[in-house]
Amino acid sequence: MKEKQVRNFSIIAHIDHGKSTLADRLIQHSGLVNERQFRDQILDNMEIERERGITIKSQTVELSYTSRSGEEFRFNLIDTPGHADFSYEVSRALASCEGVLLLVDASQGVQAQTIANLYAAMEHDLVIIPVINKIDLPSADIDRVKVQIEHELGLDADQAILCSAKEGVGIEDVFEAIAGRIPAPSGDAGKNLAALIFDAHYDVFRGTIVSCRVFDGKIRPGDIIRLMFNGSVHKVEEVGVFHLNRDPGEELPAGWVGYVIAGIKTVADIKIGDTITLDSNPVSSPLPGFKDVKPVVFSSLYPISSDEYPSLVDALEKYKLNDAALAYQKDSSAALGQGFRCGFLGLLHLEIVQERLEREFDQSIIMTVPSVQYRFTLLDGNTVTVENPQYYPDPVIIKSSAEPFIKAMIISPERYMGAVMKLCLDRRGSSPKIAYPTPDRVEITFDMPLAEVVFDFYDRLKTVTQGYGSFDYELLDYRESDLVKLDILVNGERVDALSLIVHRDRAREWGVQACERLKEEIPRHNFKIAIQGAIGGKIISRSTISPFRKDVTAKCYGGDITRKRKLLEKQKKGKKRMKMVGSVMIPQSAFVSVLKARDE
Amino acid sequence: MVNTENSKSGTAGQTENRLSGLYVHVPFCRSKCLYCDFHSVVSPAAIPAWLDAVRIEGRLYKERFHIFDSLYIGGGTPTVLDERQLAALMEFLTEGFAFHSGSEITVEANPEGLSRQKLKTLRDLGVNRVSLGVQSFDDGELRYLGRRHSFKQALEAFDILRSLGFANVGLDLIYGFEIQSLSAWKKTIDRALELDPEHISCYQLTFEPGASLMKMKTAGCVRPIGKKLETAFFIWTSRYLERHGYLHYEISNFARSPELMCRHNRKYWSHVPYLGLGPSAHSFQAGRRWWNVRSIERYCRLLAGGNAPVEDAEVLSEEQLDIESLALGLRTKEGVSLHAWRSGSRPATPLEEARKSGLVRVDGERILPTRKGFLVADSLPLMFCG
Repeated sequence: MKEKQVRNFSIIAHIDHGKSTLADRLIQHSGLVNERQFRDQILDNMEIERERGITIKSQTVELSYTSRSGEEFRFNLIDTPGHADFSYEVSRALASCEGVLLLVDASQGVQAQTIANLYAAMEHDLVIIPVINKIDLPSADIDRVKVQIEHELGLDADQAILCSAKEGVGIEDVFEAIAGRIPAPSGDAGKNLAALIFDAHYDVFRGTIVSCRVFDGKIRPGDIIRLMFNGSVHKVEEVGVFHLNRDPGEELPAGWVGYVIAGIKTVADIKIGDTITLDSNPVSSPLPGFKDVKPVVFSSLYPISSDEYPSLVDALEKYKLNDAALAYQKDSSAALGQGFRCGFLGLLHLEIVQERLEREFDQSIIMTVPSVQYRFTLLDGNTVTVENPQYYPDPVIIKSSAEPFIKAMIISPERYMGAVMKLCLDRRGSSPKIAYPTPDRVEITFDMPLAEVVFDFYDRLKTVTQGYGSFDYELLDYRESDLVKLDILVNGERVDALSLIVHRDRAREWGVQACERLKEEIPRHNFKIAIQGAIGGKIISRSTISPFRKDVTAKCYGGDITRKRKLLEKQKKGKKRMKMVGSVMIPQSAFVSVLKARDE
Repeated sequence: MVNTENSKSGTAGQTENRLSGLYVHVPFCRSKCLYCDFHSVVSPAAIPAWLDAVRIEGRLYKERFHIFDSLYIGGGTPTVLDERQLAALMEFLTEGFAFHSGSEITVEANPEGLSRQKLKTLRDLGVNRVSLGVQSFDDGELRYLGRRHSFKQALEAFDILRSLGFANVGLDLIYGFEIQSLSAWKKTIDRALELDPEHISCYQLTFEPGASLMKMKTAGCVRPIGKKLETAFFIWTSRYLERHGYLHYEISNFARSPELMCRHNRKYWSHVPYLGLGPSAHSFQAGRRWWNVRSIERYCRLLAGGNAPVEDAEVLSEEQLDIESLALGLRTKEGVSLHAWRSGSRPATPLEEARKSGLVRVDGERILPTRKGFLVADSLPLMFCG
């Protein structure tokens, strides 16, 4: 029997252009699942992903297809995460493909992220198949989109496939294009093993399930493999491909995408982008593009109630099994007790960790204001790295301070250029560069402090560009900066979890903002609450929450007592979800609010 | 302060205060008042059936409640019953249950239709305390509230009570509604003070979900006076009555001396057992609370069929008892004992905050709510629990 041909591809698209729907339709069309098993957006299987409509953890699935000409294919669809925080993961997933489907919404047309994605695919020299989706919409304007594809993306619009993933129209054409236009993977099964790790999942029974693309050689159960990043050696227990569930096989030869189980305990033991080779017969150099991704955003995480600390320890350990990008270590705060200092890839990653801990592990947690890693040079010549405001050095011994800068890249329709420029300049952006990748679109590049984008920059950008802006960044270097520590006091008590290191010019604005935010978030109490922002001993902002005067109900006899108690029990439960600072109840939302909503 | 040293129970430690209380709910009224959500009906036709039912219900609990030292006949309007019916009720209660000597026996009365004869009957039946539903000494206000009596009738009723030798009379007053100015309220209070009653209850008008007032509020016909005025009225009332020698011993209750505090009502606030007979009446004993169906018809039907007319019941956990003790204690002048926290950890920080903000005082081992504390008595317990 003739070997099935292999095609490895991804789908890339601007948000909401129908990536998940198309993936679902391809899966359904290939007969991998029957109608009853079919669940919309199969690949986005995490609850949060479904809700937010974004892919966080990439998934891979192998689809069978028999072409019109009778040839048999195995297609590996490698799903990619859809956010700048995970751009490295995206790059590794793309490195595992030979081609992509570039999805464009028939009514919205080419968008900023479409272009950003196109750039990424081009970087990997992938075959690009434009697919115009949602042609069933009344507002679909296929001709206009074709013109955009031709002029803005520089692709052959005649080659674009028309489809409606929702209605199942044109799916066959998509399959034919994958079979006909994406090249078969090159690679030699006879050479030494080189496989690229692009993802990993944790399984309670099997440990780490490594997703990889074999470039040369083959992997078989029983092989002794070596991870080139750290030289660790593992015995392969099982290899196979993904058919929604794992499907074990005899081998993974060159060109294939699949999984490897090799008794690797946690996902933290492997690195995305690392190369797998054979211990007995290694390749001389790893596959290109490996980066050891380090966390850039830091925040502390505390249980709402200190007796929930052991349960949080447990939850974090379990969570970490499946998220190698999360780094954490013990931390403690006077206001919040025992907790953890965590490092994240970005703010979205932070929010995802928070949400998943709450939903999947039933934790009630508070996260402190995110921080980046600052560097302080002291008078004695030593340099200290600080990512926790608690460890801000005594200002009198600081000689100079520095913070990480990034190159921020924003693609947006030209009409929002002014708003984007203002936003970036307000965030201490410098050295702007402007390019016109397409006639009515600008690419704006700024040097910016990372600290200025970790809070709500992306949200703001989406607001000022009405959703049409895309954002990506890369770390540049550390630059000297005048940094101070801003403390927040509630009724005279410093809430260390709300302290942050901030540029001096921005301190006042932050202090005022924080006081106002907290005033809105902290409910009125039956006593007065003073909120202050302070640098050192100097108060730079304040707000006051006046007490409520009266809440007593006049009567309390027979039936009133049960009613009153039930109300109190309910309130007491609510109080458990608050953090007590002195006797001020601070809702969890207050800690997050301080860093959001800098309305400009 | 009374008995702060010796009391362990949460309220003052007179031993008789631990004896059970008996309550009878008379669910009949001549008309419904605007603000009332108590269960009552206007037609007196069901009185005989209700009376029979109360007798059956009483017998159900004979073995479980041994001795009472308070009886409270409330409603509704108990004085809607005629003399024969009142006598029948009292006879059943006093013969069916044991009462400690010197028991407090209260009947709620409305000034309208109160004949000297009826009051004399009550006195002869052993009633030694009358709580008179005066509400206001202003006829305009009385009409607004939907009351059927005039202020003159209230004065007459009071005179009759005194002439019959009632030495413990309480007046119920209402304040804090739109059409009432502070000076009008002062006039009502002054008239009450002229009568020198042993007890005054001052209830701030509440918009109860079931009352007509609430419907009027929803319809936009009446408005609450707002927290600011409510606060002012409350503080003024407390100060004024204390200046005139009354003890502000619970949010809405004032007594001329510690002995004249309503013994029966205080049982509700300190987890002393009580038995409630009649529709919608609540009972409490040994950590269990139960309450009767609200409808007279269902109440009578259940009892006629030999069933207890209980709507539902709850058994309180220690934690629930604690939270209630805290909430109830902070509504009274006696406050709560610092020892009341079974967990053993004393709420040092909230206590300090509450003290600093003038909401409580600490006296020895007790936390005592101040006037300002009374005003926030609904949220005060929350500071100390959880």
